[in-house]
Order: sequence, then C-alpha cells, then structure tokens
Amino acid sequence: MNRRNNNLAAEGIDYTVIWLYGILVSIGVLCIFMVEYKAGSNWLSTFLGGKTNYSKQLIFGGVCALVATFILLTDSKIFTAFANLSYLLGILLMLATFVLGKNINGSKSWIPLVGGFNLQPAELCKIFTSLAIAKFISRQEVDFSNLKSQLIAGVIALTPAALSILQHELGLALVYLSLLIAMFREGLPAQFLIIGSCFGILALATLIVERDALTITLTILAGLIIFLAYRQVRKKQRLITITAILSIWILCVGVQRYVVPYIFNNVLECYQSTRIYSMVGKDYDCSLNQKSNEKVTGKAARKPDDYNVRQSKIAIGSGGFFGRGFLKGTQTRGKYVPEQDTDFIFTSLGEAFGFVGCAVFLGLYLYFLFRIVRIAERQRSAFSRVYAYCVASILFFHIAVNVSMTIGLFPIVGITLPLISYGGSSLLTFTVLIFIMLRLDADRQMVLR
Amino acid sequence: MSAFNQNRSRIVQLIFIGAFVLITLQLINLQVFSTKYKMAADNNAFYRKVIYPDRGIIFDRKKRAILENTISYDLVVIPAESKGTDTLALCALLNIDTATYKKRMRDLIFKNGAVKPSVFEPLLTTENFARLNENMYRFPGFTLSERSVRSYPYDCGAAVLGYTAEVDTGFLRRHKDEGYEMGDYFGTTGLENSYEKILMGQRGIKRFIRDNKGRIQGPWEKGEFDTAAIAGKNLYSSIDVELQKLGEKLMENKVGSIVAIDPKTGGILCMVSAPTYNPNYLTGNQRKKHLVDMMYFDPRKPLLNRTVSTTYSPGSTFKTLVGIIGMAEGVIDDQMTVTCGGSYLGCGRRMGCHAAGTFTLKPAISKSCNSYFAVAFRRILDNVKVNNRDITLGLFNEYAYSFGLGKKLGVDLPSERMGNIPTSKYYQKIFGKNWQACNIISNSIGQGEITTTLTQLANVMAIIANKGWYYLPHLIDSVEGGDDYEMLARFKVKQRTKNIAESIFEEVHEGMQGTMEFGTGAYAKVPGINVCGKTGTVENAYRGESLKDHAFFGAFAPRENPRIAIAVMCENAGYGATSAAPIASLLIEKYLRDSIAGPERKAKIEQLSNMNLIPPQMKRLMKPEPNTIKKENIKKAIAKN
Repeated sequence: MNRRNNNLAAEGIDYTVIWLYGILVSIGVLCIFMVEYKAGSNWLSTFLGGKTNYSKQLIFGGVCALVATFILLTDSKIFTAFANLSYLLGILLMLATFVLGKNINGSKSWIPLVGGFNLQPAELCKIFTSLAIAKFISRQEVDFSNLKSQLIAGVIALTPAALSILQHELGLALVYLSLLIAMFREGLPAQFLIIGSCFGILALATLIVERDALTITLTILAGLIIFLAYRQVRKKQRLITITAILSIWILCVGVQRYVVPYIFNNVLECYQSTRIYSMVGKDYDCSLNQKSNEKVTGKAARKPDDYNVRQSKIAIGSGGFFGRGFLKGTQTRGKYVPEQDTDFIFTSLGEAFGFVGCAVFLGLYLYFLFRIVRIAERQRSAFSRVYAYCVASILFFHIAVNVSMTIGLFPIVGITLPLISYGGSSLLTFTVLIFIMLRLDADRQMVLR
Repeated sequence: MSAFNQNRSRIVQLIFIGAFVLITLQLINLQVFSTKYKMAADNNAFYRKVIYPDRGIIFDRKKRAILENTISYDLVVIPAESKGTDTLALCALLNIDTATYKKRMRDLIFKNGAVKPSVFEPLLTTENFARLNENMYRFPGFTLSERSVRSYPYDCGAAVLGYTAEVDTGFLRRHKDEGYEMGDYFGTTGLENSYEKILMGQRGIKRFIRDNKGRIQGPWEKGEFDTAAIAGKNLYSSIDVELQKLGEKLMENKVGSIVAIDPKTGGILCMVSAPTYNPNYLTGNQRKKHLVDMMYFDPRKPLLNRTVSTTYSPGSTFKTLVGIIGMAEGVIDDQMTVTCGGSYLGCGRRMGCHAAGTFTLKPAISKSCNSYFAVAFRRILDNVKVNNRDITLGLFNEYAYSFGLGKKLGVDLPSERMGNIPTSKYYQKIFGKNWQACNIISNSIGQGEITTTLTQLANVMAIIANKGWYYLPHLIDSVEGGDDYEMLARFKVKQRTKNIAESIFEEVHEGMQGTMEFGTGAYAKVPGINVCGKTGTVENAYRGESLKDHAFFGAFAPRENPRIAIAVMCENAGYGATSAAPIASLLIEKYLRDSIAGPERKAKIEQLSNMNLIPPQMKRLMKPEPNTIKKENIKKAIAKN
C-alpha cells in the first residue's frame, strides 16, 4: 500500500522542472559565493561552516529540498481544499506584522521567529493568493467573462498588494499585479492591460516631456483625431464620438498634469520618486514631496543619488562580452554594489560571465517559464491551470523587474531574483510555489476539479 | 472556456519573450557596445601605489658622496581608526596644541577621506621620531612611514647641487607626458634640476584592489603586472669637495663667487656663490620656513647662484683679452710702448690709472695699465686696413665669442646668463652712424657695456692657460652605467678660439706671471708655484649711488702645465688685490698641493674668512641677529652706569 502510494507520488512528475530548479538554485549559491568570497579563505570550510551567506543558502536549499519532497508526497487535493483558508491565514499574518513586525531595511514586514530567523508574510502570501485565485476562477459557478467575478478576482489579488504598500514594500505589492497576466489568460478583457499600459506610457511621457509641451501635444493629437474622424463617422454618431474623444483628452491631460505629479509628490515616498526619476536620467526635487516634508522639516532636501543603479550598471557593463572570469570581478570583490547578494545578485553574474553568461542564464529562465506555460496548458483541471499561470506570472514578473532594475530599465524596487537571491523566505516561497504546481501537474490525469 | 482562451497562451508567451528581448537588448548595449563601464569599474577598483625610487647620488672627483639619500619618517594617520588616541600626549610630543590637532584632522578628512592614510606630520626630526617610536602604542590609527630624503653630507655646494621640491600643477601641465604625479619631487635648481632625467630614476607601480570605502583589499592578480622601482643613476662630478669647502669658508662674510676649472678637461673644481647656506636646511620639515627666509628676508639673496646667474663687468681681467686680440690682429706688437702719466687722456676725458711709466704689453698686464689697453683697443677699432669700425668691432666680438663670451656657455646648471658683448648696431643706436672708438673706450678695460658671468671669466683664464682651446665648463664628468640621454656629449667636444699664435699667449702668460711677481697681484703669490694672474677692480653703482669697487681676480697655475684656472670676485670689496687675489692663491695652493703649508698661510685662511666685506647697502637691510641686539642693549646699559 505504502509502496504503491510512493509510486503514485513519483509518477508523472515533470523532472525537467526539477532539473531546472536544481540548476538555478546552484547558480544562486555560486553567485552568493562570488559576492562573499574573500581571497585566501578556505572555501570548503566556509561552505560547511554555516557562518557565511552562501553556506546559509546551502542550508536553506537543504530545507527547501525537504519541504519540496514533503509537498510531492502529499495529496494534491489538500491544495484545493485549503486554498481559501490559507489565503485567510496569509492575510491575517500580514495584518499581524503591523503588531509584531520587525523593521528590516526600512520595511516593517517581517515577523521574528525563533533562532534569529525572520518570516515575511507578504512573501508567503504570494502562494496563498495564487491558490485562492485558482480556487475562485475554477469554481463551477464562476463565469470569468462577467465583470463581477473579474472584480472579485481583482480584490483577491489586490488585498495583499494594498497591505504590502502599507508595509512600505512597493516591490512585493507590484508582484500581485502580475497575477493580471494569469487572469488575462482566463479571459480578463485585453482592454484592462491595454488601458493599463497606456497609463504607464502616459506616466512615462510625463516624466520625460515638459509638462506644457505634453499638454499641447495631446491637444494637437486630439484635434487631429477629431478632424480625421469627423468625415468618417456618420452624422448621428458624430456628437458621441467627439464627446468620447474629448473626454479621453480631458482624462489624459488630467492624468498628465495632476494625477501623476500628485502620485509622485503625495503617494510615493521621496526616495521612490527619486529612483523613478533617476531611471529616465532626471533629478527629482524632494522638496516637492509632501511626505518627506512632513518628516524632515527644516532639513535641506538631500540631493538624489543613483549610486545603486550606477554601480550595478558598471558591474554588468564591465563584464563585457565574455565576462571578467569567475571571482575576478572587481566591482564584486570591492563590494561596490549594495545589496549584491539579494536584490542585485544578477550583477555578480553579469560581471563574472559577461554577456554570454547573462544570455545563457536568461535563456535558462525563459525555458523555465515556457515549460511552466506548457505544463499549465496540459492541465485538465482549471484550478491547476490557473495556479500554474499564477506561478509563471509571478516568476516572470520577478525576473523581468529584478533584471531590469539592475540594468537601469526599471526603477529600483525591492524584488528578488527567484531561486538566485540570498534569503530563506524568498527561496522557500518559490520552492513551495513551484512544487505545489508540480504536485498538481503530477495528478493531472485525475478527475476534474 | 479554456479552449476559448487558448490563443491567449501565445500572447502570454509573447509578453515573456518581449520582456526578455528588451532585457537582452539593454545587456548588449551595456556589455558589448559600451566601454565606459569597464573604465568606470577600473577607476573604482584599482589603486595604483607609486613606489618611489631613490634619487641618484652625486659624487665628487674623489668618489666622495656629496649628495645622497637618507631615510626620514612621516607620521601618517588613518583618521577613521584614530579613535582612542591619546591626543594630549601626541600633541605634547609634536609640540602642537589640541586645536591644531583637530584642525589638521579635519583638513585631512576633507582632503583625503577618513579611511585612507594621510600624512599628519611630514619629515619628523630624529628626536621626534625616537620619542614617537617609543609611544606609538598609545596612538592607534597612527603609523610612522619612512621615505627617502636628500642629504648633503658635507653641508656645502648648495648653489651647485640644488634642491628638490614637490611638483605643482603648473609643473605637471608643462611636463605632461613625463610620468610625474601629484606628490612627486623634482629637482628645482642646480644639478638636481639639470640632471633630473637621470637622477629621478623610474617609479615602480603596484596595483591594488580597493573596496567601496577605499580600503586596500590586496594586490591585483598577485602583483603580476606590477613594476619595480628603478633607482636614479649616480653622477660623478668634477667637484673637489675639500676645495669647495675651503672656498665656502673663505667666502664667509662676503658677497661674491668663485669658479675654479680644470683647464685640461673643462671640469669645474669648485663653484662657490656667497653667501651660501647649508643645503640640509632645505630638506627637513622646516624647509618652507628656511626657503621663505632666504628668498624674501635676506637682502644678500643667498639663493642666487652668483657664478652663472649674475653678470658683472669683468674689469681689468678683460685686458688680457684685449691684448691678445690686438696682437692677433697685428695692430700692436711686443715692441709697442705706451707712456702713461697716471691717466689716459687720448679721448679728451680723463681715464684714471694705477700706474705711471712706459709700458710694453707684458708690464702693461702686470701693472694693469689702463692707457696701454685704451691705445690697443683704439688701434683694433681704427685698423687702417679695414677702415670701418662696424667691421672691426665685429671682428673684435668674434674673438670674444670664441672665448665663450657674450653667449651662454652651456654649463650644466639652470638659469645661466649670457653676459653681454655689445655690437656696433647697439652703438649706432646710441652714438649714431659715425660712432668713435673713444665712445666706447671703457670697454678696453672691461668696463662699459661689457658684462660676463664669473664662470665665463674662469673659462677665459682656462683658455689662456691652454693657449687657445677649451672644453665647455661642466660639473658632471660621467654617469654611472652610461650617459643614455647624451647629456654629456657636448662636454667632450674640444672648442677652439679664433686662430691665435701660441707666442701671443706666451707673451700674456709672461705678463700675468709678472702680475704675481711684481705687479698688482703680489698678494696672491703662492710660494714655489708659478701662478699667472690678473687683478680687476670694477667701478659700480647701485641706484645712482656710487659704491665700493668689485674686486676681481683671474688666474691659472702652474704656468708650465696649467691644472687649475680660477676666477674670484667679491662684491664691493674694494681693491681686487687684497681680497679676491689671496683667496685665489689659497685655493690654488690647496688644489695643487692638497693642503695649505705653513702656519702663516693657515692663519691667512682664518683672517680672510673673518674679513667682513658684506656690501654696506645689504648690511643696512639685514635683520640684526638677536644676540647682537642683546649685546648692544648690554653695552647701552653699561654706558649708562
């Protein structure tokens, strides 16, 4: 009986994903080793000593292997069963941080555990939210094409996001937006994404183009469209069309002139605005920021500094085509890039192995993502499929944003590189996320859920 | 429903690919097409440490080091690590107050940052070093770092050897590609400057990896690309350090200079510019103070090298040349006589004279008869064969040039002046086209517009001694390990004067020897050696005020086989025979015999050394020494009682 169960557990598991997972975690340990290595130290003893970060990451890896095995040995039914409950638990934990929270790196999102370890509920909540969304969408009575269920799904995804923002974890909050990709696959109208990206483009244009110049451009654009549309549209519909265009124009100008500056000055913290501005190569005047003014009254606004991005770009850029070689990166050895073992781990790879190494690494990741999409598409159960898409979306968002911010394509938000960055919370989250998917996939032959 | 949305899977994949393509494009931009990041990384990480080579040593003619290196110590501090230092004790040891300590610390942190080592107190005295060394454990963050400093073991030859100074931005701009960097030292004056290229050596460079706070992490690639420092090459000079010391002693309490040349080689045996100073004053940490003192507060200008950088009228010493040129041109001969009644009146204006009587060339030189050379000079200029003074003066000047006058000699010292041999163009401007020999008759006795440096004058003596040839006077004979920069080649080329018969020189030698035997230079006689000499007494004025005459003396010895040619001058010392001539005689004896014989001669050294001939106009400006003020006060007090 026992043996049969074991056989059942091992059956149908996608070993490609496990291989990829193993390779990526190894690369991660290697990268952390490169960051922390000091010339002359005995690498074997420091690896086994448990004092250094790479040694710790190795231990985390071991723990994660145990957890992964445990997940693979469970019955996939429990994930559907406990999906909503776990979501509730996740939200409760996040709320608990406001009471028990410990301040690490300026964000109060950690709950101290025994033995000096800290837990970040917002990190774990990704799993629970993915499960909850999968559960919700897969319900028989839910028709995802209607607006009501789309809104409910949105609320499920955005509740932890809102809580993250309150904990000053903008990066984690953004991750929840990535679940829109999964929802899009399940029938969320494309308009949401298109309008969303239009807003993004408009916001970016606001940063780059002078305020009045942009208003004039938008006005000319609207006038041009009205002029062209006037002849094309039938008489009856002219009024409606023109009103529509005019209201879009008002919206755009409103967003550009008032909403975006309002967000930068009143919603975002000074340092966040600064990072976003520095990405397009501009200085943000912190004296405009309401929040910073409340905090540092009378103190002169500090000149914004893009030290992190600069050093990170130098590290990656200095790698050149073939890289500087293993442990030979001067930026890494000199500790020029802050947070290099966590958020900026990609720089050590880029410096040591150059463009070739980066391309191979990204190729590996892209293959990983495609593999997950393939797994998702072969599911019979909607729950498994939605869940797999959630995993793919979260991974994709993490990778794209993390790498983009190290190469100056995206403002710096605290987002880790999955499976690579140092940190138990992050590694454990992604392990659980991936292996639940593998468990579900292994049981894809079972009845529809 | 899932089937309905199947194609959206493709869109999701496209979104993935789109993002990755964007990232890849940016990576190509950063890693493949930009070079600035690599440079930025190198600028971040590499710390080039310069290993300073020892400068070359300068030896005298008997291989005694006269300029070498010693170790000195700097007190270096890393401000970030200096917490817990016993500030009071350190201040007491260095003799500064805590306010100064704090100010220096602030300045260092501002200039160099808190984690990098900076020099807190440079060039510690040996005493301070010893005291600090015992107490270093009380000053965490402070270290003693050694550095090589120039030292002058014989305390002499300041003007010749020169000194080094830290490079400034102007120097770096002028010497862009010669590998100097801020903090380097370079030779500013003297031989240190002329032979900078040889003495400086080649700096070594060590590359270190530096972390984000500027702390050194270790050598780059285990020092594979480091270069070792190559010490500067040593120089062998022709200077005789004992002669130099004696010269400096004799010139104490005087303003003037001495140049002695070995006529056989052109090598300079001693070169004294008085007043001189102890060159070691300009190496320690009081360097700046001493330099400022000498530069701005000493009216005697001790930093001026009076042997090459000032020009004087050569006075009667020039008469030898006038005689030689007259003979060579055939306008006078050894039979020609001039009768002088105590002054020359041929030009309507009285030109005073020391001696009266009837002279041929030889006694004219010996007795320094002005009238004789005035006549000779007029004959040269009014040469009937040519009948054009512009041409005859040109001819005269050609002789002068061939004796190394009127142009830079090319001594291996910086800032040499060229002196002046006036041309007819110059006189045409002043006196018009038809200028007369009488207009410039002062030139005949080495006054007027003619000026020379003392080195040129010594060189003229060497040429007369050699009877018509010379090597360019120089201080450095050879470079250890070869003269790679060809800096000494020009000193090995034999120079010749315009064709002058040897018999003419014989005549002049005879006259010059007469100077010593029965003429104006009788004071300068050296027992047992045939010295040929010529005195000079030069009238001069300073800002319209007529001053005491400059005393000149030029000589060479022994007559039969000249081994030393010498020129001595004492500013405003009066008659040349009483100061300059005996100084020359003592130096000649010292050089030829290696020592001064007899108590009488030895006493003369002290007597000459104590003879105070500092020009009165300088004396007035000099700061009275503190103890003389005290003495005067005491005297006054006694007088009152």
